[in-house]
Amino acid sequence: MRLQTILQTAILTLALAGAARAEEGARGSVQAKLSYCKDCHGASAQGFRGYFPIPRLAGQQIEYLENQLHAFIEHRRTNNIMFNVAHTLSPSMIGALAENFHNLNPPPIGGAPRQLVAEGKKIFEDGIPDANIAACAACHGPDATGTGEIPRLAGQLYPYVIKELTNWGKERGQNPAKPDTSAIMSPVAHSLNKPQIEAVAAYVSSLK
Amino acid sequence: MTGIRPSTPPRIPPGPAIIAAVCLALFATAARAESPAVRNCTWCHGTGAQGYTPAPRLAGQRSQYLESQLAGFRSHGRDNPFSKQYMWGAAASLSAQGAHDLATYFAMLPPRPAADGDTELVATGRTIYQQGMPDDDIVACVVCHGPNAEGVGQIPRLGGLAYSYLKRTLEQWGQGYHLNSGPPMPDIASKLSASQIDALASYLSFVK
Repeated sequence: MRLQTILQTAILTLALAGAARAEEGARGSVQAKLSYCKDCHGASAQGFRGYFPIPRLAGQQIEYLENQLHAFIEHRRTNNIMFNVAHTLSPSMIGALAENFHNLNPPPIGGAPRQLVAEGKKIFEDGIPDANIAACAACHGPDATGTGEIPRLAGQLYPYVIKELTNWGKERGQNPAKPDTSAIMSPVAHSLNKPQIEAVAAYVSSLK
Repeated sequence: MTGIRPSTPPRIPPGPAIIAAVCLALFATAARAESPAVRNCTWCHGTGAQGYTPAPRLAGQRSQYLESQLAGFRSHGRDNPFSKQYMWGAAASLSAQGAHDLATYFAMLPPRPAADGDTELVATGRTIYQQGMPDDDIVACVVCHGPNAEGVGQIPRLGGLAYSYLKRTLEQWGQGYHLNSGPPMPDIASKLSASQIDALASYLSFVK
């Protein structure tokens, strides 16, 4: 009887210790992976202007981040680098990373031409009715913080927003077997001309 | 009779004309290369600033990067042994304008690849450079340093630098030197194994 209690206690203690270690290990690897992401995306995930613009992840919507990581894995969004990065991530890791980035809030890195901001604000808030371009604010929100799978644009890098809007149809929605929400943005991205894209990019990149 | 000559212009053999043009070009280049400030650099960094062990090639390096490194020598932030031994003194009395002029000059010189790495490691080095090692949390160098390792802005050109210089510099971050270079290189480089550094340095030494 006594021996049984001791054994039970011992087994329980070992099991608890094991669980604690496993949790610690998982936390540790999330930290390692976060640091890996931040090597490119910036120490506060504020984004970085490398040879290619590396987007801000800070404050980004969780569902958007998860959807994009899955999009890289499923070849819906073509990007060799991010495919390599994403396909090694477990679903729980993807969730943990997305939540971490969502909770960061560094100031925007800036660097966009200021003279374009006013025109960009106008397009963002009112759209361009003559060109059949909806107001960005309608979906991305008046503060450009996004919601769900609709991304936050506030504070996003100027050159990155330009690159994405310019290449939308060549980069996103690339797996015909798996149509995704990127299709919603396709006509708008296609209708915007270069100066309009630059203006909108300058405006959203300035938002906190 | 013999006084009348065909009205062809006097013929100058092409040889001397070319020699004259070349001399003029050389003189123009030499006038700049001969400036005492430039000569102070090329004394160690080699003819045409192509590098001379252990002094790295400066030719074709990004001017903003060269300026930031010169500032680092002056502030003693760039603190590896050779920097301390040679460059702290060499850059001590350099004005900001002087540093700017030198950086602009060396950035314009055409770089030649050192091509002195281990050819058997080139394939591995190329893989690390272009794809990273996601399982080891090592990012792809190409994202910031560019498809031909040409660099941009403050991000240095790595293609064609000498194997020994690349190897030593990558090792030094892990040894705790030039940590003031800011993120992300201290973190990235200290994750690299000795064999990964060897492969990267080998590959990069051949990149044109």
